[in-house]
Amino acid sequence: MTAPVVTRGTRQDPTRDPDAPDNRQGGKGRRHGRSRAGRTMHGGRITYAVLILISVVSLFPLVWTAIAASRTNTRLAETPPPFWFGGNLFKNMEIAWTDANMGMALLNTTIVAGSIAAGTVVFSTLAGFAFAKLRFRLKNVLLLLVIGTMMVPPQLSVVPLYMLIAKLEWTDQLQAVILPTFVSAFGVFFMRQYLLQALPTELIEAARVDGASSLRVIWHVVFPAARPAMAVLGMLTFVQAWNDFFWPIIALTQAGNPTVQVALTGLGQGHIPDQSVIMAGALLGTLPLLLAFVLFGKQIVGGIMQGAVKG
Amino acid sequence: MARETKTAAPSPGEGAAPPAQGPGAQDPGAAGQRREQRRRDRRSRRYRRDVKWSPYAYVAPFFLFFAAFGLFPLLYTGWAALHRVSLTDPNSMEFVGLHNFTRLWSDEFFWNALQNTVTIGLISTVPQLLMALGLAHLLNYKLRGSMFFRVVALTPYATSVAAATLVFVLLYGRDYGMINWALGTVGIDNIDWHNGTWTSQFAVSSIVIWRWTGYNTLIYLAAMQAIPNDLYESAALDGASRWQQFLHVTLPALRPTILFTCVVSTIGAMQLFGEPLLFGGSATGGPEHEYQTLGLYLYEQGWVNLHLGRASAIAWAMFLLLVLVALVNWLIARRLTKSEGGA
Repeated sequence: MTAPVVTRGTRQDPTRDPDAPDNRQGGKGRRHGRSRAGRTMHGGRITYAVLILISVVSLFPLVWTAIAASRTNTRLAETPPPFWFGGNLFKNMEIAWTDANMGMALLNTTIVAGSIAAGTVVFSTLAGFAFAKLRFRLKNVLLLLVIGTMMVPPQLSVVPLYMLIAKLEWTDQLQAVILPTFVSAFGVFFMRQYLLQALPTELIEAARVDGASSLRVIWHVVFPAARPAMAVLGMLTFVQAWNDFFWPIIALTQAGNPTVQVALTGLGQGHIPDQSVIMAGALLGTLPLLLAFVLFGKQIVGGIMQGAVKG
Repeated sequence: MARETKTAAPSPGEGAAPPAQGPGAQDPGAAGQRREQRRRDRRSRRYRRDVKWSPYAYVAPFFLFFAAFGLFPLLYTGWAALHRVSLTDPNSMEFVGLHNFTRLWSDEFFWNALQNTVTIGLISTVPQLLMALGLAHLLNYKLRGSMFFRVVALTPYATSVAAATLVFVLLYGRDYGMINWALGTVGIDNIDWHNGTWTSQFAVSSIVIWRWTGYNTLIYLAAMQAIPNDLYESAALDGASRWQQFLHVTLPALRPTILFTCVVSTIGAMQLFGEPLLFGGSATGGPEHEYQTLGLYLYEQGWVNLHLGRASAIAWAMFLLLVLVALVNWLIARRLTKSEGGA
């Protein structure tokens, strides 16, 4: 793979400083001069400029949501559009809270996302542990089944699922959106990959020699070892469940028992024509997750990167 | 029996408990000892049962839920597709054979939705992954506040489809939207982002790009950080510029990850739903179905037109397409690894 590089290199002036190419990248690179390799090289000014630009693009729609939410509907129908906050934020939020059912939606979504995250974490850890460290019949077949269904889109099973909850008379009830995503194939796979390397088999054996039952092994050996991955999986699942869209808008109704996404869909479909109220609703529905990102952003980023290497 | 001991093999503690039959029964004076012995036997039996059956208990909850809410519905969709089922009475089914599929074959809206799905999929996925690759490369440098940049790049991912789309609807407004205003300052006339075919598809794609670029960036970044340093060192020693290092070290090492993100993004593009639904505010995907995707069409047939059987047929068509895409991906992957082996 590196062959073409080698030929090109030998053709060049051999007396040249091997680090020379690095130095073209502006001030920072030169100051720290002796950067050893590509991945420890310092970013130059252009790098920072591009990153700042990307950051602005990433954040702008969110900031503008807040700006629009703090204005009046008539102000949003003027040119140029507003660039700074107005004084109507709390009034608009109040209208969204009551008229668009956002208050109930926030409570419901907290319950739904919390239960799904808890269920996914516990059951994924148990199953992931079994797949990583125990021996049993059909293990490989079952594991293949887990991996094979990891990426099946929810649309493929939505009709029977709807028929099922209609039969159980669960329409517009929270269990209708909690139970179908209560476990996750990705979670099982994620925990298995983590426990494969994080939990020494000797530790389980030692506990076994001491006569510990399976439940004690789970509680005193597996859970403590799995805790970092459980936290990451919990956060990722919570974010995903909070933002889940397709199934909730089929199973729930806006006027009855909505999640945040269902309530926002109602707003988007003309339930309330006031744009600034719609933006206030969008802001309300996003704020909890943004807060979580401010607090746990580092861990969430780490979790996604960790999952990527394993997957 | 032999199998059982084998299953329990990892525990040497097993050896402490002798086989159950005929223990110290000869000694009448040792009743207490016998009781003790029996208790130990029982415990060892229970222990062996525990070791043998507990794995099933651990995977059982997952597979119970999975069977009820994952596997069964997935398969039953095929059965429902052969029936006429109305949303108003979803539990009475009338068998119609392949009618739903033949109907779909001659349904212009289905082909329109398929075409839109592919187009929007391409113009959202390709730029997104290219940008993610470049961005990951930049974030891979040693930076001040690198964690800040990573978290910020991921914040769109924290924004739900609904919230993001509602904002973009306003930003893309024809008369008062921010984007047309900005274009106006450089002399471009107002663009109708909501009713033109290409413009609306571009607008919908841009929401997808905005939400997912950061996520894919992190995945690429993780893979880049796993590349051994000495590869770059030797490339630098050979006088390779940063760009050459990127081409000849980073890209080849990233090949499996790139393939992985392609698969995931393709599947995501196939089920695109929330963005087109909320961008137009209805299941038609624009006044002339300009950006109605397959997922949206499924929803319209099932939950607006009340034909659940037709919706199932669309679901199966999507499933076949996914299998096709997976196959193509697999073929490409095989060819890539082969050509790599040849080089």
